[in-house]
Amino acid sequence: MRILALLLFLAAPSLLWGGEISNRTVILATTTSTQDSGLLDHLGPLFVKKNSYPLKTIAVGTGQALALAAKGEADVTLAHAPELEKKYVAEGKLLNRRLVMVNDFVIVGPSNDPAKASSTRSAAEALRLIQKSGARFVSRGDNSGTHNLEQFLWKQSGIEPKGVWYLESGQGMGATLGIADDRGAYTLTDRATYLSFQKRLRLVILLEGDKALLNIYSVLEVNPANGPRMNVQGGRAFADFMVAPETQAVIKNFGVEKYGRPLFVPIAGIKEEDVGK
Amino acid sequence: MDLIWEGIREALRLILSRDPEILGITLLSLEVSGAATALSLMVGIPLGMALALTRFPGHGLLMALINTGMGLPPVVAGLFVWISLRRSGPFGFLELLYTPTAMVIAQIIIAFPIVAGLTMAAFQTLNPKLKLQLLGIGASRPQFLWLLCKEAKLPLLAAIMAGFGGVISEVGASMMVGGNIRGETRVLTTATVLETGKGNFDTAVALGLILLGLNFAVNLILTHIQQREQIRWPKPS
Repeated sequence: MRILALLLFLAAPSLLWGGEISNRTVILATTTSTQDSGLLDHLGPLFVKKNSYPLKTIAVGTGQALALAAKGEADVTLAHAPELEKKYVAEGKLLNRRLVMVNDFVIVGPSNDPAKASSTRSAAEALRLIQKSGARFVSRGDNSGTHNLEQFLWKQSGIEPKGVWYLESGQGMGATLGIADDRGAYTLTDRATYLSFQKRLRLVILLEGDKALLNIYSVLEVNPANGPRMNVQGGRAFADFMVAPETQAVIKNFGVEKYGRPLFVPIAGIKEEDVGK
Repeated sequence: MDLIWEGIREALRLILSRDPEILGITLLSLEVSGAATALSLMVGIPLGMALALTRFPGHGLLMALINTGMGLPPVVAGLFVWISLRRSGPFGFLELLYTPTAMVIAQIIIAFPIVAGLTMAAFQTLNPKLKLQLLGIGASRPQFLWLLCKEAKLPLLAAIMAGFGGVISEVGASMMVGGNIRGETRVLTTATVLETGKGNFDTAVALGLILLGLNFAVNLILTHIQQREQIRWPKPS
């Protein structure tokens, strides 16, 4: 009997947790980089304070985040894969794409740079040099925002990335940097993740500043027809919150304390073709 | 090696400073996996006993299924629970996805075959003559089952330990159905993945050490229950 009572006591908490998601909870599907940088831990409470919607942040790869929102499993998404985002907007699954912030990608590799990737200013040309030299390249291979940009750059360079020199890690940016470091290979990374792993890596930045390497984050609302039980209004409130002047001011100063420089540049209201000018 | 030392130092710092976030994460891990283990005992032990003590059509098939379930990859369990609980899934109306309850459900699916399989093995190793003896002295059915349980106490507690160990250490299902939401569904394993992704290896090692410590404490208690009143083997003379 004592054992049965103990079991019931242990099981009790699970009965109390039921139905915690109220109608008003907003599910945000976003990319790991916004969570790993700490930005969302910073912005989330501000949103909840202002709008009184409980917020659940699910951090996954950008490809998965967009798919979740398009299937109605999330109410709003913050992503960084412009080409893929525009495809969902064209299909009518995601609506009202608005720019939020930007930072940049860099191409990193071994310091002796056997492919001479640092000899050019163009990211696509650097990839072509890497492939030609026979050096290795590590790809995320996970349909993340970074992976999407990488594939876009390969297309621009006119090369189909395939072969023993092209490794697909299938993992997050941190793990991918670790593999590239271990193999003396090149890879494409967002600057924020590179900065947070820098002290454990021998990889150096070989190419930066190409306009094609801009890392543009946008917020996208969802089509109410995507699925049942969505909180479209709450999702819109979060989207509005991300582009509001007060939030943009917070983004502008985020990261200065830890990295000595901001991690993101706010760009709400700016036209996409003018970003980075 | 320096990372391990940094991790130990960070673990001590986090524990000594009673960091409220780490404390919450640790308690949630214990609650979710404790509840999941407790509930899988309620399902797993009767099922294991029934499979060991009775025969019915499909008996062998069910045994094979349970034994396969003992090796069920947590990430597969998580995927099925995610599909069932998502908004457009069959149980979407419950709105349980990304809650601790969803994590408990996934962990029950992981733990109950382990408990059932080991219970089954425990009761099958009991001497069949015991059954006759107990029935012979006129034990009622509940008395009979209770006495068998007492007889199988050692392997039964091992089944509890294996079930708890299986779920407190899994990460795939918790990540998928819990969402690793700060302050709501973040447990020790998912927090370790997150901190590794952030490049905070010292915090990640610290979380790993806290998890090991927690697991050790729970097993210390269970082992104590298991081993007390245990007859010691006489020394060979």
